[in-house]
Amino acid sequence: MDNSCHNIVEMCAIVKRFPGVLANASIDFDLRQGEIHSLLGENGAGKTTLMNILYGLYEPDSGDVFVRNAPVKFSSARDAIANGLGMVHQHFMLVSTFTVAENMILGQPSPRGPLIESLQDVYGRIEQASETYNMKVDPRAEVWSLSVGEQQRVEILKALYRGAEILILDEPTAILTPHEADDLMLILKRLAKAGKTIVFISHKLREVLEISDRITVLRDGKLVDTVAASQANQQSLACMMVGREVLLSTSKTPAHPGESRLNIQDLKVRNDRNLLAVDGVNLEVRSGEILGIAGVAGNGQAELEEAIVGLRRVESGKVEVCSVDITNASPGQVGEAGLAHIPSDRYQRGLLQDFNVAENLVLERFSKPPFTRHGLLNWNEIFLHARDLVASFDVRTPTVQTLAGKLSGGNAQKMILARELVRKPKVLLAAQPTRGLDVSAIEFIHARLLEQRDQGAAILLFSTELDEILALSDRIAVMYCGEIIGLLTADQADVNQLGLMMGGSLAAVSSSTTQAGMQ
Amino acid sequence: MTVREQKPRIIPLKLISAGAPVLGGLLGLLIGAFLIWVSGANPFEAYLVMFKGAFGGQRQITETLLKTCPILLIGLGMTVAFRARVWNIGGEGQYFMGALMGGLVALYLSGLPQPILWICLLLGGVLGGMLWALIPAFFKIRFGMSEIISTLMLNYIATLFVIYLTRGPLQEPGGVLPTSAQFNPVTQLPTLFGTRVHLGVLLAFVLVPLVYVLLWKTPLGFRLRAVGSRASVAQYAGINVNRAILTAMVISGGLAGMAGIIEVLMTHTRLKGSISGGYGFSAILVALLGRMNPIGVAIASVFFAALIIGAETMHVLYGLPPQLADAIQAVIILSVLAVDAWSRMRSEK
Amino acid sequence: MNWALVFQWGFLVALLTAGIRLAVPVILATLGEIITEQAGVLNLGLEGIMAVGGLAGFSAAYLLENGLLTGTNSELPAWLGLIAGMLAGALMGALMAFLSVTLRAEQVISGITLVLLGVGLSDYLYGKGLSSMTIRVTGMQVHPIPILSRIPLIGDILFNHTPPVYLTFFLVAFVWWLLFKTTWGLKFRSVGENPSAADTSGISVEATRYAAVILGAALVGLGGAVLTVVQLKLYREGIMAGRGWIAVALVIFARWKPNRALIGALLFGVAYSLQYRIQALDQVNRGVETIPYEFLLMLPYILTIVALLRRVSRSDKPAELGLPYIKGSR
Repeated sequence: MDNSCHNIVEMCAIVKRFPGVLANASIDFDLRQGEIHSLLGENGAGKTTLMNILYGLYEPDSGDVFVRNAPVKFSSARDAIANGLGMVHQHFMLVSTFTVAENMILGQPSPRGPLIESLQDVYGRIEQASETYNMKVDPRAEVWSLSVGEQQRVEILKALYRGAEILILDEPTAILTPHEADDLMLILKRLAKAGKTIVFISHKLREVLEISDRITVLRDGKLVDTVAASQANQQSLACMMVGREVLLSTSKTPAHPGESRLNIQDLKVRNDRNLLAVDGVNLEVRSGEILGIAGVAGNGQAELEEAIVGLRRVESGKVEVCSVDITNASPGQVGEAGLAHIPSDRYQRGLLQDFNVAENLVLERFSKPPFTRHGLLNWNEIFLHARDLVASFDVRTPTVQTLAGKLSGGNAQKMILARELVRKPKVLLAAQPTRGLDVSAIEFIHARLLEQRDQGAAILLFSTELDEILALSDRIAVMYCGEIIGLLTADQADVNQLGLMMGGSLAAVSSSTTQAGMQ
Repeated sequence: MTVREQKPRIIPLKLISAGAPVLGGLLGLLIGAFLIWVSGANPFEAYLVMFKGAFGGQRQITETLLKTCPILLIGLGMTVAFRARVWNIGGEGQYFMGALMGGLVALYLSGLPQPILWICLLLGGVLGGMLWALIPAFFKIRFGMSEIISTLMLNYIATLFVIYLTRGPLQEPGGVLPTSAQFNPVTQLPTLFGTRVHLGVLLAFVLVPLVYVLLWKTPLGFRLRAVGSRASVAQYAGINVNRAILTAMVISGGLAGMAGIIEVLMTHTRLKGSISGGYGFSAILVALLGRMNPIGVAIASVFFAALIIGAETMHVLYGLPPQLADAIQAVIILSVLAVDAWSRMRSEK
Repeated sequence: MNWALVFQWGFLVALLTAGIRLAVPVILATLGEIITEQAGVLNLGLEGIMAVGGLAGFSAAYLLENGLLTGTNSELPAWLGLIAGMLAGALMGALMAFLSVTLRAEQVISGITLVLLGVGLSDYLYGKGLSSMTIRVTGMQVHPIPILSRIPLIGDILFNHTPPVYLTFFLVAFVWWLLFKTTWGLKFRSVGENPSAADTSGISVEATRYAAVILGAALVGLGGAVLTVVQLKLYREGIMAGRGWIAVALVIFARWKPNRALIGALLFGVAYSLQYRIQALDQVNRGVETIPYEFLLMLPYILTIVALLRRVSRSDKPAELGLPYIKGSR
């Protein structure tokens, strides 16, 4: 604990347990004033837990926290805010029906007692802060109408408005295009120069190296090391993160695409606000290839995914699976046509937490033989089937009668994968298949997807992780504002170019279309 | 890691919570004892009287079984509905409409030969309840209307409608009271072994394993439970959620309607406004106390029937208002809810 | 029946005046539930809370009138009865808050059970305590507001009422002001719309929800007390006759805004009022029934269903209504 007079924050031997998991195992962490310090680790390493403790949302089971050399015990976010801490969470903590101004003053005492303070005053202060930190926000706008990037700026401004000197950002670039991410980096560097201290939680090696002064790596809840960014590289960090040598790029055999399996023609779909989220999409996926759809979340991918599988109404256009028209068919009919679906939201769509693993594994076929015979469910068959799948897909579960809600994210996803792949689908729609999973689960799922492809399945992959798209896809399409604005083959793909397209830059489209041609 | 909401589970899994009904029952009886004491009677004596009133002899046991019949029937229906997360609290109304439709059969078709007559009577009851349940189902599917409110409103409407009919078009010719003509004795359901225990009671208990099989051994039951667990996932899996909701409502309505006609035939032998002792609401509590499991529901039904009869006895002997049973029942359920929720919270800690 | 009688000013004025009066218990209950639901808690126990509030209010007023305060200012027992009703409501609210917020039990079930508890307890205690004879309380007098009540027609309809009616007008505006113009209102609504956001802004979600549920239930209890103490001046089994449930429906109809709740409740008040008046007219006509009495009684319940026929848009409803808040589960 040297340099203690420079350390604006010190966390010593922090331990935090949740039922079934030790999230933080005696972690030491310190912050120097004015630095940008990254917390690096895989999903589930304990980074967010540690910062939630610092921000007062959790209390540690044991360990001490010091802010400006004074010991502190935060029992709520209010205490942390009072001590100059601010946090921008991965999922925004904004009330979407309130205006920006109302979100800013939420929880703050008002100078007019019970009455909300004069909104004019608030607008003025927000505009001033907006100027000072060079982040443009409209205080009168209702949050639901703002873009994701704008909402993030509101979140950052909110923390600064409340007097944060120490800013914690949790996976802030997860929902940004590469170029918006660059803009964010500039903002953060500026803030650091102005004396703010920044904690940057991430699992992305490139960003962390680019922006940090120091990097702390966590793995499985334990502290691995704290290093200076200047003395680290991607390989060393990856090794620390995972604990073994990691192949930073997977190799795959070249694709041998066959006949057209999935055909989407001029599809138009409306979102919940009745706006056109999918605006004339044309796509074709052939057997034996993976078509990856890149793009920042919120550009219509979710609506496109739902429309294809029958969970959202198609306004106009056509969807065909192996020449069978499934436009506006029910999910059951879509399944009959040979399309399997790994949904982007595991718990909202993919599995029933109250049902056990065996039941979840027959979720789509329970009423068909051999699982139903003479009108009654055949539990023997169901359990047998489950045991088979659990073994071949390495789903770690105590028994097949364990409730699915008890499985870890990775095992839950493997269970869903097992269920979909055992149907030997002609087309597989995989949406965010590795969101929130640890590296070994990611490797497993990527391997199985490639395997399916090699066996002739046509795979449509939606992912916000550009690395995943690049690793798996044979062809890449970029989705922006409900349209496919670029379509390239994998060898033509270039991260920069893709990034530009994901941000809607049309210059990139014209240069790539002359190369690839829309096919 | 996110700060995330979680849908509460109605069916917790730990053994502690398996003991919750017993704990709840004890707490309820304790508070009931307090209420009795406050009213000037001796709780021990009162409970003894209550127990003897319900189980003290063959006649008493018969009465208890007879009272269990409607509660169990409606309770089983509630179980099916609640498992699909369809909050059908219109048991009262569906009971009345079943009584009405079956009652019409009794009044006008009593000429049919006996076995066929009984089948028609029961079918009439089931149909009446089903049709009445179809209305809120339709509103929910078409308009997204909360079934809690619509079924409740239909309770009031059904009761008033039956009162109107028995005061007007269906009134006993030459009578003054709001009641229909007495049913022809041929409509009486057969009784067992010379006791007063009738076919309806048997039917109710036979339905216990049948509902169990329905929920856990048939595809339909799988569908209903899936929809009740998380409708969005059920939809993804290809289950027609609207059809499942409709089925759940119709089954529970039918069972409530059956309870209605059985009671009206055997206990009242005529249609009138006062044919229910709030069985529809007791049935809801019974479904909850029985953890929405048919066997638990059966046990809970007997218990609640005993409570009601016991309270009636106490009314006669001590002048305690019979609503004592309602109060005790409600306290029991609240205690069970509290213990359940508490044990769930502990397991998540 | 002579329908021409209906379309006379006298009849309409009487109808609307009574309509406002009869709407008051429902408005109060609806206002209370709006506060509760804006904070994200679904309290379905209104029917039971109104029953408890009604009994508490009535008993307090009766006992005071015939005990401590015999012979004094004739309206004080009634006012104290109303306060008793509020307190009883608040107590039931505390129970609901404990179940829903602290224990995180399923709110729909807790609410329905609370109804059965409230109605069962009230009917039992009344049956045991006070039902020996038909007892009444004095209630309150009509206090016409000077000057305003002289305005032709409107004066009679709006300004010729007992104090609780004026109180209710005030409360509609007050609740609106509370929810939309104060920091507390901002807290309530944030906790119902996005409790995580409130939590990370330093607001205690638990405490805020407790406050909203208890405050809301107090208003509901007040509604019950107004019915028994001021309007009907008696209590009997099942006196609430579904008003609590109608209030639950009205919250949806009002799209969770106090001003719309007023309109909805007034409609119900007029429906109740119409019941009585048509009956009265029939009596005049030598008891020949135009519309069967039972169908008149059905009117509020049918109206409730009709009121809910419109699909609720997701943006009107508090986003987290009915869902317990669990801090950061994995």
